[in-house]
Amino acid sequence: MSTVATSQIKLTPERHRASVRSRLQDALPKIVLAPSFAITIVFVYGFILWTIYLSFTNSKTFPSYVITGSRAYQRLWGWTFDTDPPSSWYTSITNMGIFGFLYIFICLALGLFLAILLDQKIRGEGVLRPIYLYPMALSFIVTGVAWKWFLDPGLGLEQTLHQWGWTSFHFDWIKNKDFVIYTVVIAGVWQASGFIMAMFLAGLRGIDGEIMKAAQIDGATTFQLYRRIVIPLLRPIFLSAFIVLAHLAIKSYDLVVALTSGGPGGSAWLPSNFMYEYTFKRNEMAVGSASAVIMLMTIVAIIVPYLYSELREKPR
Amino acid sequence: MLRKLLIGTALASGLAFAAHAEDVKEVQMLHWWTSGGEAAALNVLKGDLAKEGYAWKDVPVAGGGGDAAMTALKAMVAAGNYPTASQMLGYTVLDYAAAGVMGDLTETAKKEGWDKSVPAALQKFSVYEGKWVAAPVNVHSVNWLWINKAVMDKIGGTEPKTFDDFVALLDKAKAAGVIPLALGGQNWQEATMFDSVVLSTGGPEFYKKAFNDLDDASLKSDTMKKSFDNLAKLVTYVDPNFSGRDWNLATAMVIKGDALVQVMGDWAKGEFHAAKKTPGTDFLCYRFPGTDGSVIYNSDMFGMFNVPDDRKAAQVALATATLSKSFQSAFNVVKGSVPARTDVPDTDFDACGKKGIADLKAANDGGTLFGSLAQGYGAPPAVANAYKDVVSKFVHGQIKTSDEAVTELVKAIDDAK
Repeated sequence: MSTVATSQIKLTPERHRASVRSRLQDALPKIVLAPSFAITIVFVYGFILWTIYLSFTNSKTFPSYVITGSRAYQRLWGWTFDTDPPSSWYTSITNMGIFGFLYIFICLALGLFLAILLDQKIRGEGVLRPIYLYPMALSFIVTGVAWKWFLDPGLGLEQTLHQWGWTSFHFDWIKNKDFVIYTVVIAGVWQASGFIMAMFLAGLRGIDGEIMKAAQIDGATTFQLYRRIVIPLLRPIFLSAFIVLAHLAIKSYDLVVALTSGGPGGSAWLPSNFMYEYTFKRNEMAVGSASAVIMLMTIVAIIVPYLYSELREKPR
Repeated sequence: MLRKLLIGTALASGLAFAAHAEDVKEVQMLHWWTSGGEAAALNVLKGDLAKEGYAWKDVPVAGGGGDAAMTALKAMVAAGNYPTASQMLGYTVLDYAAAGVMGDLTETAKKEGWDKSVPAALQKFSVYEGKWVAAPVNVHSVNWLWINKAVMDKIGGTEPKTFDDFVALLDKAKAAGVIPLALGGQNWQEATMFDSVVLSTGGPEFYKKAFNDLDDASLKSDTMKKSFDNLAKLVTYVDPNFSGRDWNLATAMVIKGDALVQVMGDWAKGEFHAAKKTPGTDFLCYRFPGTDGSVIYNSDMFGMFNVPDDRKAAQVALATATLSKSFQSAFNVVKGSVPARTDVPDTDFDACGKKGIADLKAANDGGTLFGSLAQGYGAPPAVANAYKDVVSKFVHGQIKTSDEAVTELVKAIDDAK
């Protein structure tokens, strides 16, 4: 770019220098943004299109570029109704539903609750806040392994309580095909709820104290205060938190692997595990791509209407 | 100025290319043998090559493990940047050969006499359309029992010869308050055990038909149903905590005497050696009851890629060194497997290794050497994984009866074919 600029200067008289410079200045933000823009276009949107393309081919181990129709989708569709015994795809999407709902709901509820408690001008907030927040600094792998040991009946909680004398205590969810997905929820909530708490706390601090005082003077109880004033005012935080949690939920592949290595008989799979397994381990790239496309469509179906309804109200 | 820049770049890349062209004395190797014993075993090969003047360069793989390595290999091959060789398993070699990226070692193979010394069953994977594309490094076999001798003596057990003997032995262990069977509840371990159960229940002919030829009638047969029933019986001898356990932890249970026996491939021997145990006095290795005379195998191979001419000499040196008798013996003594050629002397091997070598030779001569379906040597990965799914779902109760298991197995294999 600079080469072009200098050669132009040589060709043109001195008085044009200023205009070239101002033009360069105008273009500077675009020039700076261009690489990341190009990278995003290629590596995010380009590869989304590529994945969609692959899902209509018969790609196995290697990508094949001959369109062969929607067989991959037909197979997935067939598996969607294979409930007895559950197909891996059926397990994955039901788990996604259970995990996604509980993870987002509990994180929001717990995060808000903790934030409200911490917002009561208590002593030692500076110590308490990081204690809740730090799990977020751990990677999913660390969280997964730590909880795997803690929940393992032969090593962790159950074993310890047995040693303390409570021998009837029984907690083997992590080894149980019907409950293993809830252990993923537990570990996930433990990790993310502190971060959500911090988001809500920031939101609470941003609320104008005058409004609260006015409401109190009008005789609002504490419950009414939060129910009618604080929580509605926190709506933008709910949106941000929801988006953060939704994408964490959908991409939480590593948590399942580290915590359960797929669960008994693959009963803890999420669609992301399904996608990886089929694309890279079973050499069924077309099916893997199709499942990735369905995951994308699911996110789009949830996020777009929500964004639309939230952002439409903004210009007042 | 722009032109100068372009010329400069061209020159620089030309130089880089020239520098690359001189790089013939180097072997680029993609593998995931990084843990103690395996790395030590591989050092033997590095030393052999260094003697001939070839430097060894590992292709780095983030995260270790076979899956990560295979993903890295896929990316390298897609970019046209082939390593000299890569550690590969069974059908992966054939997939890459079908994609036309593998080299041709037929000349070397002829000179070294590989087609006579390497078992025919292995050549199915190392030879593609008449061309040698891979050098087998070892042969693992799957149908083994690993038994803690102290526990065995305590309960007064003897070598089980039939499946019923085996169940009786497990009952004895249970009565003595020991965990009878150490199993890790991961799908490949369950399926690996089921390989042996099927061979024991149906015999060699049946195993071959069902798990190598994927014959529909055999997969649907009552024998297969019986095999699932037998598997269900074995699972009742497992401790309640088995789900998700790693294979080496299950081996550790046998080593420590918490459990009597593990059904596992001969890589388990590496764990016994690492714990300073000797075969015969501390632990026993028997063939899975009812499978004596047959060997279910899997094998590590070095797939040889179609590298540029100036790197072919290094590749040939690597392949020759890999299949040399001295390396085959030295490597496999450490790794716990047996040599991939049947004419290697067994003098350096322990009792289990000697038995493994003799069994392999007998099975090769008798036509009872079969690829393990669970380990990806019986059928392509899509089928093998569909099989592992069904076995694992059966073990963990998503599939409730053996009738249902057979139906699901046929359906899953058909779907994946």
